[in-house]
Amino acid sequence: MEIIVCIKQVPAITEVRIDPETNTLVREGVEAAINPFDMYALEEGIRLRERYGGWTTVMSMGPSQAESALREALALGVDHAILLSDKAFAGADTLATAYTLACGIRKIGVYDIVICGLKTTDGDTGQVGPGLAEELGMPHVSYVRRIIDITGKTLLVERSLEDYYEEIEAPLPSLITVTKEINEPRLPSFKGKMAARKAPIEVWNSNDLGGVLDRFGIRGSPTQVMKVFNPQPRLKGELLQGNPKSQADQLVKRLVEKRLA
Amino acid sequence: MSNIINIRVTTEKCSGCGLCIKSCPFNCIALVDGVAFIQESCRLCGACVSVCEREAIVSESKNEKTGTIKYSGILIFVEQRKNVIAPVVFELIDKGRELADRLGEKLECVILGKDVKQQAEELFHYRVDRIHVYDSPFLEEFRDDPYSELLVCLIQEIKPSIFLLGATSEGRSIAPRIATRLRTGLTADCTGLETDSEGNLLQTRPAFGGNIMATIECRNTRPQIATVRYKVMKKAERVSAYKGELVCRDFDEKSIRNRTWVKKVAEAQGKGEASLTEANIIVSGGKGLGNPEGFKLVKELADVLGGAVGASRITVDEGWIPYPHQVGLSGRTVRPKLYIACGISGSVQHLAGMQTSDIVVAINKDPSAPIFRIADYGIVGDLYEVIPEIIKLVRELKEQK
Ligand SMILES: Cc1cc2nc3c(=O)[nH]c(=O)nc-3n(C[C@H](O)[C@H](O)[C@H](O)COP(=O)(O)OP(=O)(O)OC[C@H]3O[C@@H](n4cnc5c(N)ncnc54)[C@H](O)[C@@H]3O)c2cc1C
Ligand SMILES: Nc1ncnc2c1ncn2[C@@H]1O[C@H](COP(=O)(O)O)[C@@H](O)[C@H]1O
Repeated sequence: MEIIVCIKQVPAITEVRIDPETNTLVREGVEAAINPFDMYALEEGIRLRERYGGWTTVMSMGPSQAESALREALALGVDHAILLSDKAFAGADTLATAYTLACGIRKIGVYDIVICGLKTTDGDTGQVGPGLAEELGMPHVSYVRRIIDITGKTLLVERSLEDYYEEIEAPLPSLITVTKEINEPRLPSFKGKMAARKAPIEVWNSNDLGGVLDRFGIRGSPTQVMKVFNPQPRLKGELLQGNPKSQADQLVKRLVEKRLA
Repeated sequence: MSNIINIRVTTEKCSGCGLCIKSCPFNCIALVDGVAFIQESCRLCGACVSVCEREAIVSESKNEKTGTIKYSGILIFVEQRKNVIAPVVFELIDKGRELADRLGEKLECVILGKDVKQQAEELFHYRVDRIHVYDSPFLEEFRDDPYSELLVCLIQEIKPSIFLLGATSEGRSIAPRIATRLRTGLTADCTGLETDSEGNLLQTRPAFGGNIMATIECRNTRPQIATVRYKVMKKAERVSAYKGELVCRDFDEKSIRNRTWVKKVAEAQGKGEASLTEANIIVSGGKGLGNPEGFKLVKELADVLGGAVGASRITVDEGWIPYPHQVGLSGRTVRPKLYIACGISGSVQHLAGMQTSDIVVAINKDPSAPIFRIADYGIVGDLYEVIPEIIKLVRELKEQK
């Protein structure tokens, strides 16, 4: 089975703060890491190979620094790593990203299943997966929380929707996006880390991909970010003073006034 | 700052002062040989252009308007399951009506399902001008292929300038397929929609887990597609009479592709998620509870107030309470009348899921906890001392009644 996992490198920020004076992100200790949601996609990609045999390839579109994310993936146990990197890819929105990844996957040629994370923590859209499936002309199943089985050319998965679950049958090749329920990602082994250091990473640019130049990067992106700003702080609230009994008393009075108690 | 396709540094003008480095929200400007260097990770937001005192940073914009004229009207995807319309649809309709009136265009809806005509007609009470109905046993269950295919066909035919879907699992699953097929822009998870003077849709959404807000436009392609976050906008009001047009749309099932099959359906257990998003009052517990037993106290307070129990992610990760209770960026977005946060610090990711609540009460030992910055009523204190007092008072109040 040929398995492709798409991962993105994102700023490893959990608690981003905005400096109220300069209006920018405070970024002490901001490093790049694999998008946390993609760790589940990677793990599932490796498990599928362990279960059904074949190869797991990891692909990422991004600047050259993204190589370190691919190396991390190699350390976890994927077989091949491909980086799509070119200045022409910069500024891509989800449409252009999906297109670029689709070109890369087509270049690989054979694939049974493509796995994406649920969403990224920076772009935070969850759009690339289904968009990529559409570009590749194949079906997708989003929010997969369990791969039940793969028999022949049929994939059986469980997906979680708003407040229900479905068992879905899909043909191969298909694309799935996976939730955090699907597995418990492994840690890299020492051996894996050593091997990953020397493992080759293929880098493909826009020439390698072929594709239409106008569909890459900023040119291929119909959406534009016009403005970035801080969320509006709420109006200052009231601090209820006194001992717990008196604080509770003041609160309940206010809730009663507002007909909430 | 519009429509930027490139940002360049005029090196001769650059003094190397570093103002632009500080201004970049994405950390992609560096000083190389004493002048600013914009790295390839640049997102072209343009923040650096305006801060440069020497006008050394210039941006280039693209400005061809292509084929935006033919498109008009606002189309809303009416998500339904088992013939119950998803609540977010009424919020989309309210916003859609407002935008349609402002643009002087029509508000249209599309519903797909089995025996959904009655639901469709009900929507006329919410001032919808035209409703397209695809009614067939074939569409009883939500499936990505036929749903996106029929919606693409409809959009190509009626050419709306704006297409809105709820940012629900279903909406977020089909919207990217539709936008990709139509080669147009899609903005996820919007919390604000406005129009500019040229009629372009200004789509505001949280980015970076709610740390910053971004306004996004799609100027050169149509329709402008957005998924809209649930419980952020207000619900449309039902009016007694409004005359709209119902269009029943026939289609040939055999010509509509379907590649995935639903084998089994199971309802989520506990209904925790549904009741949480619908609840008027939510009492949430965080790491400050100290141990899983703490949720008993939270539940007791929720029960006396007639509310539901929420939780921060840490408590869910620790296994103190199941995931459906999680509020926040990677949990549920809620908008109750009253949200009581107990022992929750107020991380941006948590706030992202609850800050539009009408009234927020925070109980926390630490007066500098960020939750107090958004709380309407703050109580600095030990939740194990304060909550029992509140429970006692509310109980007494009930007995008096
Ligand atoms: C990508 C991403 C997505 C995330 N999504 C979510 C999400 O959806 N929802 C979410 O909640 N978090 C989310 N987080 C996690 C978030 O960053 C925080 O880690 C989390 O919200 C903190 O939970 P907390 O407030 O319960 O714990 P803490 O931050 O540890 O706060 C505990 C608070 O309790 C107070 N306290 C302690 N003892 C007492 C006492 N006896 N009485 C009163 N107060 C007391 C302390 O002063 C402290 O302020 C996400 C993080 C990331 C990176
Ligand atoms: N630049 C990228 N390179 C590779 N995969 C990506 C990239 N961007 C997004 N993805 C994949 O698409 C998923 C959804 O991303 P997003 O739509 O940005 O939230 C991610 O979890 C990845 O699996």
